Amino acid sequence: MLSRRKTDRWTGGTMRGALLLVNLVAFTIALLLLWKSWPVLSGQPIKDVLFSTNWHPTQGQFGYLAFIVGTVAVTVLAMALAVPVCLLSALCISEYIPTRLRWPVRLGIDVMAGVPSVLYGLLGIIVVVPWVHRLGAYFGRDGSGYSLLAGGIVLGLMVSPVIISVAVEVLQGVPRDAREAALSLGTTKWEVSLHVVARHAWRGLMSAVVLGFARAFGETMAVLMVVGNDAHIPTSLFDRVYPIPALIANNYGEVMSIPLYDSALLLGALLLMILVGAFNLAAHVMLARSEPGRA
Amino acid sequence: MLYRRIQEWFFRALMGLSLVIVLGSLVAMLGVLAWRGIGAISLEVLFQTPKGGYYLGGGGGIANAIVGSLYLALGGTVLATVLSLPLALALQREYASPRLARLTRLTLDVLAGTPSIVYGVLAFVIMVRIGMGASLIGGILTLTVLMLPIMTCAMAEVIALVPREMKETAYGLGATRWESTLAVVVRQSLPGLITAVLLAFGRGIGDAASVLFTAGFSDRIPTSLADPTASLPLAVFFQIGSPVKEVQERGYASALVLLVLVLLVSVVSRLIGRRFSRHVIR
Repeated sequence: MLSRRKTDRWTGGTMRGALLLVNLVAFTIALLLLWKSWPVLSGQPIKDVLFSTNWHPTQGQFGYLAFIVGTVAVTVLAMALAVPVCLLSALCISEYIPTRLRWPVRLGIDVMAGVPSVLYGLLGIIVVVPWVHRLGAYFGRDGSGYSLLAGGIVLGLMVSPVIISVAVEVLQGVPRDAREAALSLGTTKWEVSLHVVARHAWRGLMSAVVLGFARAFGETMAVLMVVGNDAHIPTSLFDRVYPIPALIANNYGEVMSIPLYDSALLLGALLLMILVGAFNLAAHVMLARSEPGRA
Repeated sequence: MLYRRIQEWFFRALMGLSLVIVLGSLVAMLGVLAWRGIGAISLEVLFQTPKGGYYLGGGGGIANAIVGSLYLALGGTVLATVLSLPLALALQREYASPRLARLTRLTLDVLAGTPSIVYGVLAFVIMVRIGMGASLIGGILTLTVLMLPIMTCAMAEVIALVPREMKETAYGLGATRWESTLAVVVRQSLPGLITAVLLAFGRGIGDAASVLFTAGFSDRIPTSLADPTASLPLAVFFQIGSPVKEVQERGYASALVLLVLVLLVSVVSRLIGRRFSRHVIR
């Protein structure tokens, strides 16, 4: 009897310790990044780091503006392409297509959400980049096709299954009664979908979008392969850009020879972690509020 | 009334079109990758490691990357499972106060969303500090950290679905928290737990950014934990960038192998839910 209670006590203690440890580890990761990027942050005013385009690692100048703009531009473009299509698709899957078809379609979408990003990047190189190149030539812009637009298309395609998967789940959670009550008043199916179902689930839909945004924001490989990697502030869709994750992946292997360089790149990692963390936090809070039963 | 009918048909068409665009592009993507990959695959490519002059179009194959990826992902999955299961179980009300549970869930969500490149460089910083080079063990540990929050979140979700009454029945029979956890909770949620493990495995095997610096790349199959290790995503990435056509072809082959592995795991994980539900009480 005593040993059973003992077992229960030490397993309980260990498990609670593990919980505390996870929080501690997350905290340590953030702290470690801050500590390692401190030399750059303390060496020059923070506005020079965030709002300057002077990126000359050998001279100790690290202005992140072009990279921040690049990251934001690619992500926003991807979301602008993906979100309307994805939300409409999710409504279609949840409200319109026959129940028989719903299960296989959802399975397919879920499977696609698990396909590695490097394969989306590969598709980008095979199909999207040549296509953008031709489109650019049509508009009189010469370029290789490796561009902001190519990155946006590839990323948009990549986050679509993620957004649709979460959105359908949320839409399916809307109670049946709400739909039937509205239908019995003589509304059309679209009016029900928009005014009842979508309105009921809007927090969940928002969080689906934010999750997709966070995923796109931190994506490294798929973007790295198609955006051209050139640190300028883009002025058109056919310009090359250089997002932060691509910067880190391309350069971190050879930073040891230049002073402060690794510190600067870790600052990039810190920026990514903070921004993506904030998005995820927002999505978490919205999802938790949209489902009253969930703690 | 006419206006509303037109509206209905307009949006119905728009939604149908959206769905066709999304599903069409995804199917087209699978088609393109499969078509390019099948043309490039042969027994030599699958079962041999790179020979001399490989990157200039010489003979050999991608066995180093296939085996390397399996080592990395399996190692990472085993470690992550050992750590995730107790964590997910600890999130139950019996062990964690609601506040600690809520905080930990939030932390796990943030960690699960953190870009893998961040884990990659961080692990590399630590490895450099302790004098470790790119190696199999470095890659495995980094993947473990990457998978841990994903797996724990998925596990906690299915564990939360175990009915409270079932646990209370166990307590009523005199079981301790630990006994009810093992005999009721784990058994009841086993299919979901296995799905969570496979989900994390799929994420781990396809991730390139985290193993880029930590596992490195090598033309040989690793024989010890300290050897640098090739992986399929990096094999795709490196070989696609080559100007040599034969090397590019093997990049396509690597992509197809990776795709088939991931799809297989993903489909198996859905089916397994039924196979392992023998002990589940409904």
